[in-house]
Amino acid sequence: MSDLLEIADLTVSFDSDAGEIQAVDHISLTIRAGEVVGLVGESGSGKSVTAFAILRLIRRPGRVKSGTIRFNGVDLGTLSEEEMRQIRGAKIALISQSPRTALNPVITVGRQIARLFELHGGLSARDAHRRMLEMLSLVRIPDPAKRAGQYAHQLSGGMCQRVMIAMALATSPQLLIADEPTTGLDVSIAARILDLLRELGAKTGAAILLITHDLGVVAETADRVVVMHAGQVVESAPVRTLFHQPAHPYTRALVRSIPRVDRTVTMEPIPGAVPSLLDPPPGCRYAERCGWVSERCRIARPPLTRVVADHEVACYGFEERRDAAG
Amino acid sequence: MQTSAPLAPLPPPSPSLVWRRIRRNPLSFGALCVIGLIALAAIFAPWIAPYPPDATDAAAALQSVSWRHPLGTDLYGRDQLSRIIFAARIDLSVAFAATAAAVVIGSLLGAIIGYRGGWVDHIAMRPVDAIMAFPAFVLAMGITAALGNSTVNVAIAISITQVPSYLRLIRGEMLRIREMEYADAARTVGNPTWRIVLIHLLPNCMPPLIVQATLAMGFALLTMAALSFIGLGIQPPQSEWGVMTAEGASQIVTGEWWLFLFPGLAIMITVLAFNLVGDGLRDFLDPRMRGIR
Repeated sequence: MSDLLEIADLTVSFDSDAGEIQAVDHISLTIRAGEVVGLVGESGSGKSVTAFAILRLIRRPGRVKSGTIRFNGVDLGTLSEEEMRQIRGAKIALISQSPRTALNPVITVGRQIARLFELHGGLSARDAHRRMLEMLSLVRIPDPAKRAGQYAHQLSGGMCQRVMIAMALATSPQLLIADEPTTGLDVSIAARILDLLRELGAKTGAAILLITHDLGVVAETADRVVVMHAGQVVESAPVRTLFHQPAHPYTRALVRSIPRVDRTVTMEPIPGAVPSLLDPPPGCRYAERCGWVSERCRIARPPLTRVVADHEVACYGFEERRDAAG
Repeated sequence: MQTSAPLAPLPPPSPSLVWRRIRRNPLSFGALCVIGLIALAAIFAPWIAPYPPDATDAAAALQSVSWRHPLGTDLYGRDQLSRIIFAARIDLSVAFAATAAAVVIGSLLGAIIGYRGGWVDHIAMRPVDAIMAFPAFVLAMGITAALGNSTVNVAIAISITQVPSYLRLIRGEMLRIREMEYADAARTVGNPTWRIVLIHLLPNCMPPLIVQATLAMGFALLTMAALSFIGLGIQPPQSEWGVMTAEGASQIVTGEWWLFLFPGLAIMITVLAFNLVGDGLRDFLDPRMRGIR
């Protein structure tokens, strides 16, 4: 599989009165065509900011300080605003965290979807309407003709999320960014939404970047997982590896914090909180919460190194332990 | 971490809902009916008015209220009722045109400035503040005096005095609404900026604008009448409420009270009606009053 999206050394900071906040700090991440990548981390770890950076929609006081984002080999940073506009929605689509508030309250949901076919597909209003109804059936909205004429506040949360998915897939994007697509949905509906995403992704060949704080969601859906902590990528691995052989202490802690019913493993919360991103220390940002911490971790930031093919981790402690064992 | 889904923002209520709501408020509904009647009278003036507005009749000059002339006649024997009905045409249409122009210009500028924000906002709002700090009527006087006395110039003058208030209102709404998630969503699907502003966001700013515009109709009528009362703007012998009050005012001392009273009442009733409708709409449409449905 070829690389569809290649983020290299991306840094996004926000200027605040107290100083500069490094929301995303030198992260690199690759998504291959058709792949489902889970981007996992606690709240405030920079996941959503990364998504907005991909779409080049970071607004003041935020700014992209360094790094390149290549999509199909093209550096998105070099495109004009007009060229970028033709990528947004058409090639890269975003499914938002809160479908109800992301739909415009004064435009019917059908019109919002149909509009995309006109905008990116150049279809006539009549053809766009027909395709819109097809999309609504595709995401299994019952009685599409009726729903199409309704407004967001007349639909349930799960229904709104289906509409969002229909919108996102309307233009057959190559990359679908799903930012916490199941937040606020109850569990059974969340599971159905994830199935739908995965199934439609496979059908249309779209790669999916699934942003979530919920490892359970990732386990069910993703092929590969990238773990973020405090704006940095700490580990990246295929989903099975991540759950069975997590390398980074943070990932281990995350895996241990998942409630299990099939095994009698004590559920452990992760001590401490995500450190302040305002003038962060030079070393590893997990150091204060880490059981493996050594002097070295506080001085320099561990680079992302390969464990085995496709499994990378940024941790001195892991390297030392592996070297000692090996 | 969000634990519950935020409620979907409510759309502005549909016209039919507004209509039902207004009907339940007797005061506003009555006022709306009054406006409707005045508008109908203005539209069908040639059929309703008992006399042509400019028909003089020296034999019937300065007659008081009578069956032949329900609201009396003036110095030239013109029928006062007919003149008031015909005056509604010019008063309502100028007030409406001025308000409509101000709404369009003000909300477009306000939308652009509010959406753009930042230094554009800082710079663009200073002249607006300056205009708003200036007494509106004095400004309208100055503009009419500078442009010359004509109906169109009165409309322009009133319009200019009103633009800043709409601009400010929409700019404020836009500053809030551009941060909404549906604004982000409109951007993420690659809409051009003009489309985001005009199609996606501006319609969400409408409710307070409608309230403001309704209240401003009353103010526009008052301004126009006041301008012609002091001899600016619309000139006699044109039938216009302000012109007629001015003419009538000179007759008060000689006892022809009807010449001043009735055009004055026409102004008062119309302005009051617009204010009552505006207040009724505000109770319903103003976002701060939402939830009290």
